[in-house]
Amino acid sequence: MNRLIADDVTIGYDQRVIAEKLSVAIPDNSFTVIVGPNACGKSTLLRALSRMLKPSAGRVLLDGQTIQSLPAKQVARTLGLLPQSSIAPDGITVGDLVARGRYPHQGLLRQWSNDDERIVRESMESTGVAELGDRYVDELSGGQRQRVWIAMALAQQTPLLLLDEPTTFLDIQHQIDVLDLCADLHEEQGRTLVAVLHDLNHAARYATHLIALRDGKVLAEGPPGEIVTADLVAETFGIKCQVIDDPETGTPLVVPAARKARLGG
Amino acid sequence: MKAIRTRGGLSVRLDVRTAVVVAVLVVATLAASVVLIGTGDFDIPAADVIRTLLGDGDPGQEFIINDLRLPRVCVGLLVGASLGLGGALFQSISRNPLGSPDVLGIGQGSTAGALLMIVVFSGSATQVAGAALVGGLVTGAAMYLLAWRQGVHGYRLVLVGIGVNAFAVAMNGYLLTKADFVDAARAVVWMTGSLNGRDWDQVWPLLTLCAVLLPLIVMYARPLRMLEMGDDTAYALGVPVERTRIVLMGAAVLLTAAATAAAGPVSFVALTAPQLARRLTRSPGPNLVPALCMGAALLIVADWASQRAFGADQLPVGVVTGVLGGVYLLWLLVTERKAGRI
Repeated sequence: MNRLIADDVTIGYDQRVIAEKLSVAIPDNSFTVIVGPNACGKSTLLRALSRMLKPSAGRVLLDGQTIQSLPAKQVARTLGLLPQSSIAPDGITVGDLVARGRYPHQGLLRQWSNDDERIVRESMESTGVAELGDRYVDELSGGQRQRVWIAMALAQQTPLLLLDEPTTFLDIQHQIDVLDLCADLHEEQGRTLVAVLHDLNHAARYATHLIALRDGKVLAEGPPGEIVTADLVAETFGIKCQVIDDPETGTPLVVPAARKARLGG
Repeated sequence: MKAIRTRGGLSVRLDVRTAVVVAVLVVATLAASVVLIGTGDFDIPAADVIRTLLGDGDPGQEFIINDLRLPRVCVGLLVGASLGLGGALFQSISRNPLGSPDVLGIGQGSTAGALLMIVVFSGSATQVAGAALVGGLVTGAAMYLLAWRQGVHGYRLVLVGIGVNAFAVAMNGYLLTKADFVDAARAVVWMTGSLNGRDWDQVWPLLTLCAVLLPLIVMYARPLRMLEMGDDTAYALGVPVERTRIVLMGAAVLLTAAATAAAGPVSFVALTAPQLARRLTRSPGPNLVPALCMGAALLIVADWASQRAFGADQLPVGVVTGVLGGVYLLWLLVTERKAGRI
């Protein structure tokens, strides 16, 4: 059973079609990573999966129902999204921002329950920002800020969480940090994660399910160990490379061919 | 932040500092209102004013207070509150402190409607007010349509608004040059914004409008807070992004246009009141209620100053709000200690 499915969708902006008749099923309890070259439609696919973009043909199914037909708040209690760009309102504290993740669980007369309080605290603890509660968001470093946004998405308490390039703009330490956090969320809390990542090696290391996209088409999908080959990388990114075993984890490690070999071959 | 919970599972969340600021503003506004009612050609002590308002004054004062001065103060309170609230809504929707209705041309649009009525049709005061309301609404609708492109975005809205404003200013200039001397004088007085000679006829429509719009705004206040984090984040949280924006923009345009119809384009309240309010509450978010109270307070104080501070020459209240609000905002910006926060 797949809770989140894109069924034969055609997606794009205005007149420009990004992907045609694309079908993707997100395996439940997986850490799915979507990779592909720039402008291959990864982020667009993620926007369609999170109902932010309505497909011009086909449909996105959440628990078997067309996602657009479901009430917005109900979707927001099932499926969370960490977009590429979010704006921290002026003068907002970390605690306040994370608390806003509770919005889909609240109402005009149910603004702040005991559950809200507990879940916000837990979300901040599991992302390691608990001690930053009273700090202003705009005073934090990039890595801390990304953790705060993830904490907000966690406070939303959705079994499915989509992340659009969560590691962009972070240095290597904070990239690994965020990915470790994602792996924890997947392994310990059993959430289904779907992330768009740029770094193929990170994707191969952390994903349990990998989707390779090019020109709006799925070239391959499956566990990284089974599908990441030199041929696939060449087909997807158009670059010659070797795929070796990662000495740390045994997962595929993509090593681009030297400049001479690429130009000569 | 404090949460108040009932046993039935209902809960309300409020910021203590914000609550204190609102309480202080309400008390200050009411006190200023009493002083303002006592002010005029015939001064009345505050104690007498209060006694008369409670229905226990002498008949002579009753006429002056209830029939002459109270309606003027009520119009002032409602106009100030509407402008403050409308400004806060617009600034939040455009995510820009400059995105207030007077900068974006709603005020000038209303003025265009009013001038058209004065200059071309020589209409009555009521007709001028009606035309101002229509002018504001048409401007708001035009702005929304021009700025709409797969949703209205902050910068786009501000730039379109500035364009619309320039157009309306040009049109108003043209209308003034076409006017004869009497009409032009009447138009200029209207254009500075004034509370002179306002009576109950201006109070009831404004009060009704506020009574209808306030519950609607309260319903959409929480989605609006979420909208400040960007459309994508709001969407992910289940906020009806475009609906929230169109409902609140509509409400803000109505409030601003109605306030302008009642008192003329009182300058600067919509721009400054929300900024002053948020600096006092130090709370993120649109700060709707504090902005509303601040708008009312600002207008009442300005009206008092316009009658008192400049001796025998009574200034239109719009001149004073411009001076007071502008100077106070500049002072706040200069003395603001935390750098980088606009």
